[in-house]
Amino acid sequence: MSPTLLLLLALGLGLAGWLAARARAWTFRRASSSGRLASLPSYHAWYVALWIVLPVIAFVAAWSAIAPGLVTQSVLASPAADQLPSFGFQRQTILNEARAVATGATQGVFNPLAREFVEPYREAISRYNWIGIIVTLLIAFLGGAYSFLRLKPDFAARNRVEKIVMAILLGASLVAILTTIGIFVSLVFETIRFFGMVNPIDFLFGTHWAPDPMANAANPDPTRYGAIPLFWGTLFIGAVIAMIVAIPLGLMSAIYLTQYANPKVRAWVKPALEILAGVPTVVYGYFAALTIAPAIRDFAVSLGISNASSESALAAGLIMGVMIIPFVSSMADDSIAAVPQAMRDGSLAMGATTNETIRRVIIPAALPGIVAGIMLAISRAIGETMIVVMAASTAANLSANPLESMTTVTVQIVAMLTGEGSFDHPATLSAFALGFVLFMVTLALNFIALRVVKRFREAYE
Amino acid sequence: MVTVVHENLENTDAKMSARDVSVFYGDKKAIDNVSIDIPTEYVTAFIGPSGCGKSTFLRSLNRMNDTIPSARVEGEIMLDGEDIHSPSLDVVQLRARVGMVFQKPNPFPKSIYDNIAYGPKIHGLAEGKDELDAVVEKSLRRAGLWEEVKDRLQDSGTALSGGQQQRLCIARAIAVDPEVILMDEPCSALDPIATAKIEELIDELNGRYAIVIVTHSMQQAARVSQRTAFFHLGKMVEYGRTSDIFTNPIEQRTQDYITGRYG
Repeated sequence: MSPTLLLLLALGLGLAGWLAARARAWTFRRASSSGRLASLPSYHAWYVALWIVLPVIAFVAAWSAIAPGLVTQSVLASPAADQLPSFGFQRQTILNEARAVATGATQGVFNPLAREFVEPYREAISRYNWIGIIVTLLIAFLGGAYSFLRLKPDFAARNRVEKIVMAILLGASLVAILTTIGIFVSLVFETIRFFGMVNPIDFLFGTHWAPDPMANAANPDPTRYGAIPLFWGTLFIGAVIAMIVAIPLGLMSAIYLTQYANPKVRAWVKPALEILAGVPTVVYGYFAALTIAPAIRDFAVSLGISNASSESALAAGLIMGVMIIPFVSSMADDSIAAVPQAMRDGSLAMGATTNETIRRVIIPAALPGIVAGIMLAISRAIGETMIVVMAASTAANLSANPLESMTTVTVQIVAMLTGEGSFDHPATLSAFALGFVLFMVTLALNFIALRVVKRFREAYE
Repeated sequence: MVTVVHENLENTDAKMSARDVSVFYGDKKAIDNVSIDIPTEYVTAFIGPSGCGKSTFLRSLNRMNDTIPSARVEGEIMLDGEDIHSPSLDVVQLRARVGMVFQKPNPFPKSIYDNIAYGPKIHGLAEGKDELDAVVEKSLRRAGLWEEVKDRLQDSGTALSGGQQQRLCIARAIAVDPEVILMDEPCSALDPIATAKIEELIDELNGRYAIVIVTHSMQQAARVSQRTAFFHLGKMVEYGRTSDIFTNPIEQRTQDYITGRYG
């Protein structure tokens, strides 16, 4: 029996408990002289239902994690297990095959040895299924009985239900935090492994990036693992060129749309702008590689710059900037629109022009939202991979010339992880170190931005 | 029905005068054919029940209704004999000459100093830091706020109490040296003590600026104003000396409102 069915069973029992508890609360209510209960009947019902469903969910989660292990163990205890190869790939294949036949996923076995295990698997699976169902019913019954017996006319069911709901809400918010921590930890382990092979100093401050996944893994050449060109490329393309495009255009369009545009224009332009955010980045990449990059090269050549590359940081940065205009403009738009009309009126009534009002009153008051939008845009630009792959190449150049080809951290992460090296080769592991440092950089950027905003914001409440 | 204007009014110079002014919000007529002269040397109060259009009319005196897309003003409004809607009078100039204080205190989220300096800066009224300092001090003194805030001019204006915020807004309006100050129920968000201070301030400013105040409180109108106009359902019903309006109204509707029969 799958976890889904156990959960459906629990929900059915919960519904039964819900109905029973509500009926019971109504009998209390009819019996009491005042016709009043400490809590409404529906709270009694929810109290019992939650006491049935939540423990069962907890059990099913735990059970679906350990049940497969228990099944395998009991299969291995069968007499046929002696014939199995002791460890490794073959043993696993045989067991998987037997299991697939036992659950009905495939018809016959390919490996004759597996046939021996089909029957033990079938038995074990059905045994543990029954155990799962029985324990589920038992838990549901115990939870239901415990909570049902506590119902009384003066039982504070509402307060308890509210407490449970609050705990569920807290759990929901913890999921995001725990995921972040999980990502962080998983990066840290591989990063430490990498730094065991390549000195962090060489990695962080080296200026030459050319890992060789075919080189001897035991003795990597640290001079080939300098990440400076990658971080330079990332910041130059994502945080400099793209922002030079996105911040002014995004801000100006937000100002136009909130302050000057008449409602008809706004109704057309704003959705059109938001469509930009929905274009897949691969499509932007085509556009950058096939249209913008050659145009930039031709333009540079016509200016007399003969060594202009057809894959340039400028092309990638420009298109990336256009891609993130909607992030900047919609956040700025929202926070500008949230500035109270009273601020605007106050300034206009002083004889300030619309322009002065925007520059001196509205923008300062909307600053936190504007900066938040810019930070989101920078994070997005730094993490962007596809446009750079297509338009700015994978050559790690350390140069301030936007017409040269460059590469970014994310592009190299993909290149290293999908390269020919084995998983424990330093070239592959360097992807994790790159990811880790990138994570720290964006974290630091966000932290600084929050501080800056706190310092300069003009709070209107 | 025609507006009743008391005949015993002294012949004073009109700072602002409205002739047959109507204001529309879309198709809805909010103000219907109002004509009034606003004297230089007095405080004029607009009273009337909620929704009678007194605030709408006030806002049309410095063209704040321009900020509402559906609003439209007909008729003639003159400032010193010059039509405020004429192309030769810029709306920026008009609002510098006709200042406004709002119902809810709305200081900018800037320092106290910057709140006051805002107007002089955008109109280029002060040259250099010393002159600006002097304007800020003078305005705060006139608004009776200087003693309370002189040691914390760099604190945020929004950190002041409600009454102080409203006096800050009055000081802000004074700082650009206007000729008329429009006040739209300036005390409705304040407690009685803060209200008393604002009323005292209005008394002191009386004579230096032409003041028009919209108020819900008839006692307030009686205390601070010398002229009162009673508005009802978008029309100006009666206009005269405050003492006459309150003791000896001509119109029945004015009488009913004053005695609290509605509103």
